[in-house]
Amino acid sequence: MSEATTHRPTYRPGELEAEANAADNRNRWLLSLPALVIIVCAAAGPLLVMVVYSFLTPGDYGNVKWEFSLEGWIGTLVQRDIFDDTLMWADAHLSIFWRSLSLSLITTFLTLIFGVPTAWFIATQPPSRKQFWLFLVTVPFWTNLLVRTIAIQELIRSEGVINLVLLKIGIITEPIQMMFTDFAIGFGMTYVYLPLMVLPVYAAVDKLDFRLVEAAHDLYAGRWTAFRRVILPLIKPGIIAGSILVFVPSLGAYVTPRVLGGGKNLMFGNLIELQFGAGRNWPLGAALSLMLMAAVMVSLIFYVRVTSREQADG
Amino acid sequence: MNKHLIATTSALLLASGAASAQELNIYNWGNYTNPKLIEKFEAETGIKVTITDFDSNDTALAKVKAGGHGFDIVVPTHTYVPIWISEGLLLQSHPDQMENFANMDPKWVDVQWDPGRTYTVPWQWGTTGVVVNTKYYDGDINTSAMFLDPPESLRGKINVVPEMGDVMALAIMYYGGEPCTGDKEVLKKVRDGLVAAKPHWLGMDYGNLEKFAKEDLWAGVNWNGSTFRMRLQNENIAYGYPKEGYPIWMDSVAVLADAKNVDEAKAFQNFIMVPENAALISEFARYANGIKGSEEFMPPEMTTAPEIVIPEELKAVGTFNQTCPPDVQALYTRIWTDLQK
Amino acid sequence: MADARKGYSVRTLPGFAIVALFTLVALYAPIAILVVFSFNEGTSLAIWEGFSLRWYRQAIANEAVQDAALRSLFLALSASSVATIAATMAALATTRTRRFPGRTIIYALINQPLMVPEIVTAVALLIVFAWIKVWTGHTSMIYLIVAHTAFCIPFAYLPIRARLETMDMSLEIAARDLYASRWLTFRRVTLPLMWPGIVAGLMLAFVISLDDVVITEFVKSAGQETLPTYMLGQLRRVVTPEVNAISTAILLAGAILVSLFFRLTNRQS
Repeated sequence: MSEATTHRPTYRPGELEAEANAADNRNRWLLSLPALVIIVCAAAGPLLVMVVYSFLTPGDYGNVKWEFSLEGWIGTLVQRDIFDDTLMWADAHLSIFWRSLSLSLITTFLTLIFGVPTAWFIATQPPSRKQFWLFLVTVPFWTNLLVRTIAIQELIRSEGVINLVLLKIGIITEPIQMMFTDFAIGFGMTYVYLPLMVLPVYAAVDKLDFRLVEAAHDLYAGRWTAFRRVILPLIKPGIIAGSILVFVPSLGAYVTPRVLGGGKNLMFGNLIELQFGAGRNWPLGAALSLMLMAAVMVSLIFYVRVTSREQADG
Repeated sequence: MNKHLIATTSALLLASGAASAQELNIYNWGNYTNPKLIEKFEAETGIKVTITDFDSNDTALAKVKAGGHGFDIVVPTHTYVPIWISEGLLLQSHPDQMENFANMDPKWVDVQWDPGRTYTVPWQWGTTGVVVNTKYYDGDINTSAMFLDPPESLRGKINVVPEMGDVMALAIMYYGGEPCTGDKEVLKKVRDGLVAAKPHWLGMDYGNLEKFAKEDLWAGVNWNGSTFRMRLQNENIAYGYPKEGYPIWMDSVAVLADAKNVDEAKAFQNFIMVPENAALISEFARYANGIKGSEEFMPPEMTTAPEIVIPEELKAVGTFNQTCPPDVQALYTRIWTDLQK
Repeated sequence: MADARKGYSVRTLPGFAIVALFTLVALYAPIAILVVFSFNEGTSLAIWEGFSLRWYRQAIANEAVQDAALRSLFLALSASSVATIAATMAALATTRTRRFPGRTIIYALINQPLMVPEIVTAVALLIVFAWIKVWTGHTSMIYLIVAHTAFCIPFAYLPIRARLETMDMSLEIAARDLYASRWLTFRRVTLPLMWPGIVAGLMLAFVISLDDVVITEFVKSAGQETLPTYMLGQLRRVVTPEVNAISTAILLAGAILVSLFFRLTNRQS
């Protein structure tokens, strides 16, 4: 290291790296900027309105009165019994939340079962046909959700296609009641959320280096061992991405469960919608949804920490 | 060259003159406006009409209250009209002073939510009652017991439309109360009664025409016009007017206070008070309207349909729903949530 | 080295093909019903009364529906394109990297639209956009486009990120070693490798935007009906096979568009 060239600045140890890091950080923030700006303007930012509203008083006919109140937040967990005024837990809210949570978990599980094989199948097709299969999977979702749901009903009705076929073959003697059951909801939700699982997993499987799998087989691993020990860890990011994309939105789902399940029981999304509608209690609606959002955000942050620890740096 | 320039300029000027046509922006329930009505209006007045849909009174109210919506006309249900008026959202367009006002059926002129009709013109009105497939039950269907205490043969095949206002009104009247009551005794019976009846229901949803026509559902709470359409698909279906009391509702056309096209909006209000035009409205969604003389122009099956013509002996028990005070509304929401938890 | 042993392919996993094919059939069964009933003579979506083209004729004559359908397509195309571009940039910035300050915040923000029930975002947007609309007097489609782009971003981001995470940097480092500039490396190495992830993200975002009803319902102004909001209005009245006809038409149009797209990209590669 020559010290003779005096016009060159001297760096203390680590400073060069620190400067490079700072520049790198700046670049990363700049790259993320468009996405962040759009979301702050049209999703996260307006949510601040909701935060404010959760601390106000409900207006007589909807909307809010600009008076501070904690009733909205208190009301998410605690209520007074309608008839004898005793304080009690808002068990209605809790049971509704539990119902939505279970449904989300089941839907995520089902989309995994059906989505991963489908994504695998498509990604392992010869390149000339891969595109065709991918396209085949997505095209059904170009049709309107409502129309698809009505079509699903037509399949599972007492005189629908499935029952007719089963009766004809002779497996059953009377039509099975499938409509308005939990089965119908599970089927419908899986159907609706399937592409959200298939597409990310496909993107991950497509990148899989099959030489690694071959290597595993060369080392006498059976198919399932190879799957468990080699393939699965490699496509994990895709599976996790897909799971998030299915689990989180399905927590707030209510149209599909209502149409296929008969609507007798509220989902969490319905509960919130009710507050902004006939319930005329916007602060409560705002508080309920902020709680949901906080819970999900905590788990997502946890996921980031966990997966980044597993990633080798660079 | 010059000739071309003059020709183009004059063409442009003419075009821009013609381009300043009038327009009207209507905000109405989805699938509730007869396209033929709009075509007729556009042909007669030269006003270009856009229709934007809403699916609930609360959404419509929230959107208009927030501002920046661009609508001129809105068609809320009567229970909400006093809210719209008290929030200053409606223009007092004085239909009672318009030339076609003489066609209004006198019994719809002095209504509780708009006495003398200074704000609104009726669009359609109807009732909420019970629908039963008489193949599976042949007793008296004119009772709310059809969903609150159903006969054996109908259990497990009942649907209740998730309209909190209508269902609560029916249930309250069944248990002896007045609509919008805050009486806790009555409400306790209502809550317990609804919760006890729920296991007999198959669903609580809209969009049931197919299911009733194909007999997946055999009974339920429904509106009269919708039941009429069901009957056309399946003749066993009948509409019942609960003798304990049933709600009547009316959707009304009003001009918005911040409308940009006020004259066009008033022209529209005037237009729908003509009997033939009112008949066009009714023939589309199959509900009655409030203009006398329109019967001659309606399809004949509508003038005699039991869903449209209320039987004499049941006329008295129909009551117009009212806007319930906020604290009562909060109680009802709690009961409704408890019912569906 | 290909396995000459017994036609053994590491690419097949027992049972996966069967499940995949079953899933695809199940996927198309409701669609088949949808298409079939678009040719229904009767007014029901469930009771078959004979073959007829009346709904197609009615759809062609129904300006409101065509208008809504075209607007939906335009909205979905614009929103998903912008969202995918923004999501790609954000994914590049936040993946395959050491922890940098604010990474968790960026990640949380990008996924935020996923986490809130639509009704809440819808009401919040209604309030904020209404202020802006009153203040500027401007009520074009831009509000809808921005709103849709925002909730499309996380749907595009996650598949792209998943793809990126499975890519190691060796190829890109090799390119840099060969004196390729950052931009060249990106264009010729990174982008082609990421491409399936980007396409997956784009398609997902498109489908999500096309189906959105709640946010659109609240943000729309006069004359800005989309197909889902149009149908939402119908739900409480009566739905006729006209929507089947339109859906089938959109399906067909989509199928043609997508095959064109794939033909083009295949020619390039």
